[in-house]
Amino acid sequence: MSALISIRDVVKTYTRGKQQVEVLHGINLDIPKGDFVALMGPSGSGKTTLLNLIGGLDQPTRGEISIDGKRIDSLTAGELTRWRAANVGFVFQFYNLMPVLTAQGNVELPLLLTRLNAAQRKRNAEVALQVVGLAERARHKPRELSGGQEQRVAIARAIVSDPALLVCDEPTGDLDRKTADEILTLLQTLNREHGKTIVMVTHDPLAAEYAKRTLHLDKGRLIEQSGHAA
Amino acid sequence: MTKTGFVIANLFRKKTRTSLTMLSIITAFLLFGLLQSVNALFNAGADYLGTARLITQARVSFTQPLPLRMRQEIEGVPGVEAVTQSQWFGGVWQGKDQLIALAVDPMRFHQVYPEWDLAEAQWKQFADTRTAMVAGRKVADQYGWKVGQKVPISSNIFPMKNGSKDWTFDLVGIVDGRDQEWKDKATQVWINHAYFDEENQFGSGSGGIYLIKLKNPDDAQKVARIIDAKFENSPDETKTQTEKDWNLGFVKQIGDIGLIVRWILFAVFFTLLLVVGNTMAQSMRERVPEMAVLKTLGFSDGSVLGFVMAETVALCAFGGLAGLALATVAAIAIQHTGIPLPLRVDWHVWGLGVAAILLLSLAVGLLPALRAKRLKIVDALAGR
Repeated sequence: MSALISIRDVVKTYTRGKQQVEVLHGINLDIPKGDFVALMGPSGSGKTTLLNLIGGLDQPTRGEISIDGKRIDSLTAGELTRWRAANVGFVFQFYNLMPVLTAQGNVELPLLLTRLNAAQRKRNAEVALQVVGLAERARHKPRELSGGQEQRVAIARAIVSDPALLVCDEPTGDLDRKTADEILTLLQTLNREHGKTIVMVTHDPLAAEYAKRTLHLDKGRLIEQSGHAA
Repeated sequence: MTKTGFVIANLFRKKTRTSLTMLSIITAFLLFGLLQSVNALFNAGADYLGTARLITQARVSFTQPLPLRMRQEIEGVPGVEAVTQSQWFGGVWQGKDQLIALAVDPMRFHQVYPEWDLAEAQWKQFADTRTAMVAGRKVADQYGWKVGQKVPISSNIFPMKNGSKDWTFDLVGIVDGRDQEWKDKATQVWINHAYFDEENQFGSGSGGIYLIKLKNPDDAQKVARIIDAKFENSPDETKTQTEKDWNLGFVKQIGDIGLIVRWILFAVFFTLLLVVGNTMAQSMRERVPEMAVLKTLGFSDGSVLGFVMAETVALCAFGGLAGLALATVAAIAIQHTGIPLPLRVDWHVWGLGVAAILLLSLAVGLLPALRAKRLKIVDALAGR
């Protein structure tokens, strides 16, 4: 299986006041197309930083990151923004939906960046909501939905542009066990049946079991990889 | 869902706050519209009167009356077509309402001001009846005066020879303007100077000021110089100026209306700037994570800046245009109440209003918009 994500000698340094803090120390990693990877590690290990680099939200201090053969570490801010819009879907711990928009409006939001007309945008958003099993709640605003439903809307928003890569930062961190299992099953379905490559940061070992493999980070270094029967 | 829909939805996310902010913008622009029309009114007064007429007053002050004998001498100046004296009467209606009442020579006044519309027979009656008076349409309508009735008017300056301040006049005509601008000005009352001159306690021979119609407006400066030279070094030195300049000078006795209006508007808009600016800044602070999500989804820095600016412009435009519309309605309503203040919120005021809306939007929206534009996704999502 060819690598969708290729990371070579990536170093990330942040400036905190007058101090330079190196968060990632020379990460090397390949994630093939269609993989479902869980990133685990203690707080401050660099999981979210690595996820942000993979999703093109941030750029490495040194090293190379290629996604589907494209070097994203050397893109300008504007190029990276356009690249993200076309290639990555994001799912956050706290859903980060727009409270003023309905579920349908939230899912349509990324499509405002495409050339689709209003009717096509509406249709695509309806399909995405059907995929996450929330078509009947399309007209509800986030405050009228449960946490699990909000996260489903967020997943619909992430897949509506049909990106190859889904980047999930603690997607079940704010949910109860049962709802978390439903969301993880949904992500598994998107991985297995729709071919989405998923990189998910989690603290929860049970959540990690839904992934095909788990990467462990500690103090900015990859220390272990493990596969799952799932 | 469209970008416009998204902007509007964001604008009304906190309905109470948006409504109150919009109310303050509406109030500010209502005031803006009315004050600008007041300013325009005073300036327009100077513009449309033109230079076809001169006014001669005492050099010291227009409150110092010039003697009546000067009229004949002014009439003899080359370039002068007609002259009438005009004496401020200080009329008061029913002990409370101040009238703009002037004692004039009826037929001469008719010659100097052909813009006033009244049947020739009534002009003649005005001249032939010692106790006659004519009233502007607006003031007659306001007090319900009818031709033929006796109108008691007291003067707070001139008592009659018998000591009474209460004069009684016969209303012989109602004067209207020949066009809309003059119709709007029909707020004055004119009495026959001959009667006033004979009956007032302070004696006869006072002309007040002189209103002069020129044969050729281009000669205004030359004729004014000749008149003033004629009375130089006499006990009654004069100051002659165009009607336009005289009116401007009169208004300036009250104060520099333009300056007063500008200061009031400055105070209003400065307060508005703080109110709306604070609202926008607060609104943006609350939405930092949402801005970060927009950027995460692929909206460019410019798009995010555009969203914030569009929201600000929409807020200011809704409020500002509503305020100007209300000012327009209020100006029309004021005209219908009979208050002699022909306010008009015209296209010029609307143009200034739209410019003010754009400036206000820029002033209150630019900083939050730039802040949203510069937002770093990673920091914003991490709550830093």
